[in-house]
Amino acid sequence: MSKKITYGSGIQTAFEYILENYDNSFIIGQGLWSPWYVGNTMVDLDKKFGKERIIDCPVSENSVTGTALGAALNGMKAIVVHPRMDFMILASDQIVNQAAKWQSMLGGGIKIPLTIRSIINRGGEQGAQHSQALHSWYSHIPGLRVVMPAFANDARDLLIASILSNDPVLYIDDRWCADLQEEETELKELDIKNIGPKVVKSGSDLTIVGTGFTSCQALEAGKELEKNNINAEVIDCRILNPFNPDLIIQSVKKTKKLLVVDGSWKNCGFAGEIIASVTENFTDFSTPPIRMSLKDSPAPTSKPLEEDYYINIHEIINNAKSL
Amino acid sequence: MIKKLNSLKNPKIDNDDYSLNLLSNEKYILLLKKMITIRIAEEIISENVKNGLIKCPCHLAIGQEAIPVGMSQFLNASDRVYGNHRSHGHYISLTMDTYGLFAEILGKKTGCSKGMGGSMHIVGESYGFGGSVPIVSATIPVSVGAGLAMKLSNSKSISVSYFGDGTSEEGVLHESLNIASYYNLPVIFVCENNLFSSHMHISERQKFDSIARFADSHGIDYAVIDGNNIETVLDTSKKAIEVARDKRKPFFIEAVTYRWKGHVGHDDNIDVGLQRKEDLAPWKEKKDPIARLKNSLIAKNALDENSFAILNEEIYEKLNKEFAQAVADPYPDKEQLLDTVYYR
Repeated sequence: MSKKITYGSGIQTAFEYILENYDNSFIIGQGLWSPWYVGNTMVDLDKKFGKERIIDCPVSENSVTGTALGAALNGMKAIVVHPRMDFMILASDQIVNQAAKWQSMLGGGIKIPLTIRSIINRGGEQGAQHSQALHSWYSHIPGLRVVMPAFANDARDLLIASILSNDPVLYIDDRWCADLQEEETELKELDIKNIGPKVVKSGSDLTIVGTGFTSCQALEAGKELEKNNINAEVIDCRILNPFNPDLIIQSVKKTKKLLVVDGSWKNCGFAGEIIASVTENFTDFSTPPIRMSLKDSPAPTSKPLEEDYYINIHEIINNAKSL
Repeated sequence: MIKKLNSLKNPKIDNDDYSLNLLSNEKYILLLKKMITIRIAEEIISENVKNGLIKCPCHLAIGQEAIPVGMSQFLNASDRVYGNHRSHGHYISLTMDTYGLFAEILGKKTGCSKGMGGSMHIVGESYGFGGSVPIVSATIPVSVGAGLAMKLSNSKSISVSYFGDGTSEEGVLHESLNIASYYNLPVIFVCENNLFSSHMHISERQKFDSIARFADSHGIDYAVIDGNNIETVLDTSKKAIEVARDKRKPFFIEAVTYRWKGHVGHDDNIDVGLQRKEDLAPWKEKKDPIARLKNSLIAKNALDENSFAILNEEIYEKLNKEFAQAVADPYPDKEQLLDTVYYR
């Protein structure tokens, strides 16, 4: 009999799997003993695995991230959690200057099993410093693997793959995905180097590409479009850095139409990266590609402005129809 | 209680009758040899920065040799030491690998970081040197994390974090002292207070001239010492290592010293920064850590001027040969650029 898995429970399962099977793993971050911070993704881990391994820590994002890096350099599978991505900016020195660069700067051959879990937590009138999706920023950095699951089984398996990787990984999950369900598949230990974008709905009329939550929206839009006899192929990027666009290029060669939906800002955003990667290899579009991203402003608090600010499924459907 | 450093600013030779009873005479000679090796290696680097053969930025620590040599004496290869932009001495004191350092600074494949790091990014994992990077303060939390790994894995190893007085102006030091203190991590914080941050004298940057006040405020035991006195450094590092290794607690050493060269490169920067013009000569003449150990050994009949001169010549000759070899060595293959971005 099939069993349902939610995105949130997938993350919880991944943590439990790692902590049970790898004695050298530990998690440090703010709010790990409080569901208020990390939702239903780390319930009672401290009770099950002990407060020595599940460390709720001081408000010191930079030092705590560096501490996790130092532990990873010394034989631990270190996981650091930033319950809100905006606050992780304070740790950018340790992420961008240190974790991402030590391998190359020191000549290679160094195991750095560091996972930085960062949560996109927005909406609800939280405003500009409690809403950011900074995956495009961090995907600019060589040496930092950036993973952004959209679906429940991926939330679990990509988290396990991130933690088992010998490279620093920024694993970005989205609160808006937390309750989304799927049929549960068998848990797998995957090699992150072999994972890339994935077709989540096959189709032949156009290609819609998403990242994280926008992949879920794209899939919903794809289902709606079927009612209008438009058969969209929907691709979820999953791994933003290093980015392998081959699957997307193959799809666009078939459909000749490309709609990209990404929940970061437009300028230097990931939507542009996807379109550029395709157009370097393929130009025979039947109509120019469309990119959808956030409006170019910090996130507002006022409700009607907020509704206008984020991408909605109707806009995706309308853009798909216009192609 | 914070000890002010005013007595150290105007160097006095009031503590130079070294007892030399912490180690055997042979070991003291080895320490002298290490200090000379660091000094000559950096002089060779300085010359070659000047003549243009070395292009990468080199931050020299001539005059500060006693601190890493004294600190390294009681460390094991399983301990982890992290440095900063001025880490040639830290590296050599653990590895004695001057050849790998020269090759690295020249960007050669045979360098300690395979030619990928230059002077500012050096590593000697098998000797316990975990790495050095130039972002000021960056390795402090990394050292704390090494200490956390050692605690979680119940090992007896410890970590050492070297940084300068300028680093105390970075916020992450305070975050890291709090974490090391609260979680009882076996980390030794070694502040090499050379009184300068780049061109700025400490009096141009802080209301106080002692950095150990930050350890005090985080409840970490500390010592403020004359960093140019190898006896004091040895004695203090031994005690600090006992605290970290046996009591599993952090310790903070503020070792006061003086940088003979400018912030970067071969120049003395005599016209840069407050007080430097007046202070440099007495620091060189009266507080040279090598001369002070040498004189004490001679006074104890463990060394004579002639054998000291021979020792210098031998080391100079050896290092010159190594430098010439490093110059002749190949550069990294072009593939290495992309092959080292992710773990292989």
